[in-house]
Amino acid sequence: MTALLDGLFDGISIGSVLLLAALGLAIVFGLMGVINMAHGELMMMGAYTTFVVQNLFKPLGAPWFGLYIIVALVAAFIVTAIMGLILERGVIRYLYGRPLETLLATWGVSLILQQFVRSVSWMLVIGLSLFCILFFGAMSFLSRRPNFQRIRSWALVILLPLSTGIAWNVATFIGDVYKLPVTKPWFGAQNVDVTAPGWLRGGLKLGTSQIPYTRLFILGLTIVCILGVYTFLHRSAWGLRIRAVTQNREMSACLGIPTQTVDALTFAIGSGLAGIAGCAVSFLGSVGPNTGQNYIVDTFMVVVVGGVGKLVGSIVAALAIGIANYVIGTNALGPLVASVPFLSDFFAFFANASMAKVMVFALIISFLQFKPAGMFPQKGRTVDA
Amino acid sequence: MARGFNRREFLIMGSVASGSVLLKACTSSPEGGSGEGAAGDPIKVGILHSLSGTMAISEKSVVDAEQLAIKEINEAGGVLGRPIEAVIEDGQSDWDVFTEKSKKLIDQDKVAVVFGCWTSASRKAVLPVFESKDHLLFYPVQYEGQECSKNIFYTGAAPNQQIEPSVDWLLEEYKDKPFFLVGSDYVFPRTANTIIKAQLEAKGGTVVGEEYIQLGSTDVTPVVAKIQQALPDGGIIYNSLNGDTNVAFFKQIQGKGMGPDKYPTMSVSIAEEEVKAIGVEYLKDHYAAWNYFQTVDTPESKKFVDAFKAEYGDDRVVNDPMEAAYIMVYLWKQAVEQAGGPDDLEKVRAATIGQEFAAPNGPVKVAPNHHISKTVRIGKIGEDGLFEIVNATDGPVEPIAWNQYVAETKGFACDWSDPAKGEKFKI
Repeated sequence: MTALLDGLFDGISIGSVLLLAALGLAIVFGLMGVINMAHGELMMMGAYTTFVVQNLFKPLGAPWFGLYIIVALVAAFIVTAIMGLILERGVIRYLYGRPLETLLATWGVSLILQQFVRSVSWMLVIGLSLFCILFFGAMSFLSRRPNFQRIRSWALVILLPLSTGIAWNVATFIGDVYKLPVTKPWFGAQNVDVTAPGWLRGGLKLGTSQIPYTRLFILGLTIVCILGVYTFLHRSAWGLRIRAVTQNREMSACLGIPTQTVDALTFAIGSGLAGIAGCAVSFLGSVGPNTGQNYIVDTFMVVVVGGVGKLVGSIVAALAIGIANYVIGTNALGPLVASVPFLSDFFAFFANASMAKVMVFALIISFLQFKPAGMFPQKGRTVDA
Repeated sequence: MARGFNRREFLIMGSVASGSVLLKACTSSPEGGSGEGAAGDPIKVGILHSLSGTMAISEKSVVDAEQLAIKEINEAGGVLGRPIEAVIEDGQSDWDVFTEKSKKLIDQDKVAVVFGCWTSASRKAVLPVFESKDHLLFYPVQYEGQECSKNIFYTGAAPNQQIEPSVDWLLEEYKDKPFFLVGSDYVFPRTANTIIKAQLEAKGGTVVGEEYIQLGSTDVTPVVAKIQQALPDGGIIYNSLNGDTNVAFFKQIQGKGMGPDKYPTMSVSIAEEEVKAIGVEYLKDHYAAWNYFQTVDTPESKKFVDAFKAEYGDDRVVNDPMEAAYIMVYLWKQAVEQAGGPDDLEKVRAATIGQEFAAPNGPVKVAPNHHISKTVRIGKIGEDGLFEIVNATDGPVEPIAWNQYVAETKGFACDWSDPAKGEKFKI
């Protein structure tokens, strides 16, 4: 009995991690139709935020340190929501309705973000911010002139190399003067360690087995996030607007809904959820530039299997994939079919971590043959729009 | 309209190009100036590691160690009065790129030697290049053995210098406890586990399970559940997992209450850098087997640690592959000096065999099979993230390239000092 309970919990715990990671993606992909390949890197940013908050809390000592996780969750949400907002305003806004271009652009963004956390140092930050201040500052100053359109290309020609040159040389100069303190990367390519607070280590004793507190915490967090998202989408004014824009963008715009603001808000919330997921998975694995990549494929699987644009689909799909992963990986079905030699051999063959993944993917592919739109397809005509 | 647009584009392109030329001029002038003062033409050497991609985590610090050795040698007067100049290439954690870059280093840069690679996959990818061009590669990482190339010098541990002694020690320390083997799903862990199974069969140990997890996966729950089923009363977990999977694995077994008292783990891919990334609180009291730990208490080791921290910062740590990378530059330098110059590769290769060096891990010597003899140590992870050395061999262990437990290679050896014996001969 405990073994069964234990197994069920293990499966659900895999599923809840998947679900938490996929929740933000489900909103962005489902409601906006944007394939955001940078979702994993937003998770990574959330995980790094957790790492930074943890380091800020470390000097405070024992009783306070345990509470850093709450601050980290809020901070991770805010930081990644702002990142998402910048991403939407800077890149994705120009690519609505062109899924392939969005895919490529956001993939590029994900590579940039990965390299950014590897090499970010004070020198880089100073150089980049100097460039932004000089270039964008001057451009916005010039754009107030009435003849801006005429001098625009000349302004670009002069300002781009000028501000690049100044920023570059100032950064190199600072690097030469201060050496290691400014050129040393903040995080580096090396993974960093997020220490779970004392009350999250260990686990809940259940007979002979034990359930890790971190998994329980993630399970709880997932439930809170789902309830939060559901309430927001179905009980608030902005949630109503988001749903309206999802169903019919033109008509919503005619009725006075600010569709651009709705897009930005949706994307920011989706990104913020990625940050929370990042905070949570930092307690499972380590935090590194590749953190996000471990999850991106699985999260897309959850969204696709669940049915685009349906919260409940994502929930069921995540739990199903999680439990399937566990059941196949540990050969839980083996003893049941022990009397049939062929079947038991078959399950034993797939009963290791690598092959279980193969089997789960094969199941997903065959499932999509029968229900191409996922478990809970969106009703109506606007899905493909 | 079309003309105006073209001109505008042309102007932008032109300005960007001229800007970048200007930048090049600004940044490259100080570097150009520093090399000219030294005596003699510099000797070019290649450094080929992954500076980006999944392996960058490990390989970047190895490059740091190699550059430290080069810097020290240059400050002490270079090799035969000539400074060493490193050409650094990024293998991008991609084996095809490794092949390309190794060709480039040999053909275009005309380097005297290449220091590089971490994964066995990257080494196997560049091996044909080095053999066809009859060039030299120095390789710094412990590996699965079962290879002995004329063109490669292996300064990391062979299986009999890490895996086999650690299994012997476990058999001694934890009598009658069964083993469970966990590894990442690629060549090193699979070969390592084949060796361990053969060794345990020969020495009377038991293996109750063997599991592989995809490289980089954090989905360890099913494997941990299997370990619990197979070892309900505890046992030894022999761990050859690489990278991020380790973190998820150790966090999960702690959460499941499988502590080191009941489930001691022996790892062969966790060193000081990895402990920092995984977190000491998850690893305390677990074991790892290496030739070198930062805590090795010798004057050479202290000198190495101090020099490294002075160069790269106080919070940095050194580990076994970094130590092997550091000493291989010195071994090559000594060989070049004995050969009278870096250009006759045949002479350099012959001179490398037999080179001795007072390494941080103890005295080392290059054996005729192109591996080096070195001391083996078992470390227990302590509160400070460093290893407390609980066991060490009395002196250097002779390297064995072809494994003597595995049936296919039993009775074979490798000897490059005698052309008649070569890569694989029957003892």
